[in-house]
Amino acid sequence: MLDAKEITVDYGRTRILHAVDFTARPGRVVAIVGPNGSGKTTLMRALTGEADYGGQVRLNGHDIVAAKPWDLAAIRGVLPQATPLAFPFTVVEVVRLGLSRGVAAADIGLIGQALARVGLSGFEGRFCQELSGGEQQRVQLARVLAQVWQPVENGMPRWLFLDEPVSALDIGHQLQVMQIARDYADAGGGVVAVMHDLNLTAIFADEVALISQGHLLGQAAPADILRDDLLSRAYDCAVRVNTAPASGTFILPHAARMAAQ
Amino acid sequence: MQDIESAAPLPGDRSRQARALSGLLLVLLGFAALLSLGTGASGVSLGNAVKSLVSAQELSPRDRIVLFDIRLPRMVMGMLVGAALAVSGAVLQGLFRNPLADPGLVGVSAGAGLGAITAIVLGGFLPASAAALFGYYLVPVAAFFGGWATTLILYRVSTRRGRTSVATMLLAGIALGALAGAVQGILVYMADDAQLRTLTFWGMGSVAGATWSKVLAAAPLICLALATAPFLARGLNALALGEAAAAHIGIPVQRLKNTAILMVAGAVGAAVAVSGGIGFVGIVVPHLLRLVVGPDHRFLLLNSALLGAALLLCADVISRTIIAPAELPIGIVTAVLGGPFFLWILLRQRGLLDM
Repeated sequence: MLDAKEITVDYGRTRILHAVDFTARPGRVVAIVGPNGSGKTTLMRALTGEADYGGQVRLNGHDIVAAKPWDLAAIRGVLPQATPLAFPFTVVEVVRLGLSRGVAAADIGLIGQALARVGLSGFEGRFCQELSGGEQQRVQLARVLAQVWQPVENGMPRWLFLDEPVSALDIGHQLQVMQIARDYADAGGGVVAVMHDLNLTAIFADEVALISQGHLLGQAAPADILRDDLLSRAYDCAVRVNTAPASGTFILPHAARMAAQ
Repeated sequence: MQDIESAAPLPGDRSRQARALSGLLLVLLGFAALLSLGTGASGVSLGNAVKSLVSAQELSPRDRIVLFDIRLPRMVMGMLVGAALAVSGAVLQGLFRNPLADPGLVGVSAGAGLGAITAIVLGGFLPASAAALFGYYLVPVAAFFGGWATTLILYRVSTRRGRTSVATMLLAGIALGALAGAVQGILVYMADDAQLRTLTFWGMGSVAGATWSKVLAAAPLICLALATAPFLARGLNALALGEAAAAHIGIPVQRLKNTAILMVAGAVGAAVAVSGGIGFVGIVVPHLLRLVVGPDHRFLLLNSALLGAALLLCADVISRTIIAPAELPIGIVTAVLGGPFFLWILLRQRGLLDM
């Protein structure tokens, strides 16, 4: 269980988040959506303990400020938007960074499995810095997966926090990565993802939290959040939500400004 | 961790090569040590030196003094200083996430030097009891504090939100180095004749004046610092992903940074205190090793210690043979070799400076 209460974040004198409540249960994919600068990445940074915040965040009962970093690392992996790598590590060496100290010999197979999961088998010996942006992003995802490979351990759910996991990817790999998140949740793990793409959100999320100007406009099932009125207000443009027979909901932005209607 | 390595290696896993290299470097260090023992102005040869290791009886009393009281402390000190500088370079580079960080370049050595000079000049004003209490350790400990303060300021100035600006780091290093140099100048102005003589020998950057008492003064700090290094390896690896990502995979980042800065200050402080400013070892050694077996700090730190020690012994041998019977300060040798190497690194990584 992830339980965040009255999260407030200030950068300097600017308040970025205003007392946001946010919860996520294991077994579900929870998407955080909102326009640029709405505070969704800041919320993610608070939920992972990366940003200083007012309020309280509890993950599986741990207060994340008080918890030791290695205890948190055992129950949740975090994929940042971008990970600049300082030295010429190979793909295998980067994924291995996700493995913790006490990993048994059998778990070395994890590196290969994690790479296969993100579609990068055969990339083991390549230098990370020589890969494309999308490939690098998937190497980092493999590292995070290797860290918390089993979605449930000792009866406790583990968590994936993904900050715009598909922003650098082509449509095929977008679907692949979202499916990884979906499967992780279906196996009992928890997934919290900051999403830009509302259509992918509609397909893969069980719950959507909509943030606008530092306020939570709502957190509920996709059908209750992905509505013409809410989206148009949050994104300040004309939006129509439709359904396609095969794939379900799709969102069609069709005019730049509300005023243009 | 050991268990992982014993399984079949994956492509892209360079840990076996890195281990093999450690063995190779150990042999190299052994040769360098023998070379160092067997070379010098006096006629004691390598053959005699080897024989003496088997039984000290075959040496004349004079040769024994040359070997055990002059060359052996010099060799031990060269190893300690070389290892200290190279490992400090590797740790600084890991901490700053940048291959251009070097104790000499970014002002840490200058800060340590300031500490050392302060101790040499102002140590005379200490009450005799206090001076006796610190004894030989006064200069290394003062150098440690100088290096520590400099590293701390440097890190604070050049790192914001976990990101280090290379340009700021190098510029701050220049400023801190200049500042330390200026204060050093003031202290030199205050020094009396005897102190001036000490300072002049010290400032040349040399292991020539090595004595057992100097070795004993530097050894505890350097050994302690080197013993700390292995515990930093996993954290420094993680830090390559950035501070936030390192924390997310379970590294106590603040503690890691504090320990790394203390470790560097201890090693550089003690090395500078006994040998003055010997440059470029800290940048050349880790860079070469990264090219050969990759940046994994679990192997980089040990290999840096071995190669740094061997390299400094070789540079020392060059310094005492190239214009024999006179000696060239070793700092000049490392600068002549390291300067062009540093330029070469800059050419290879020009993009980094645009950050």
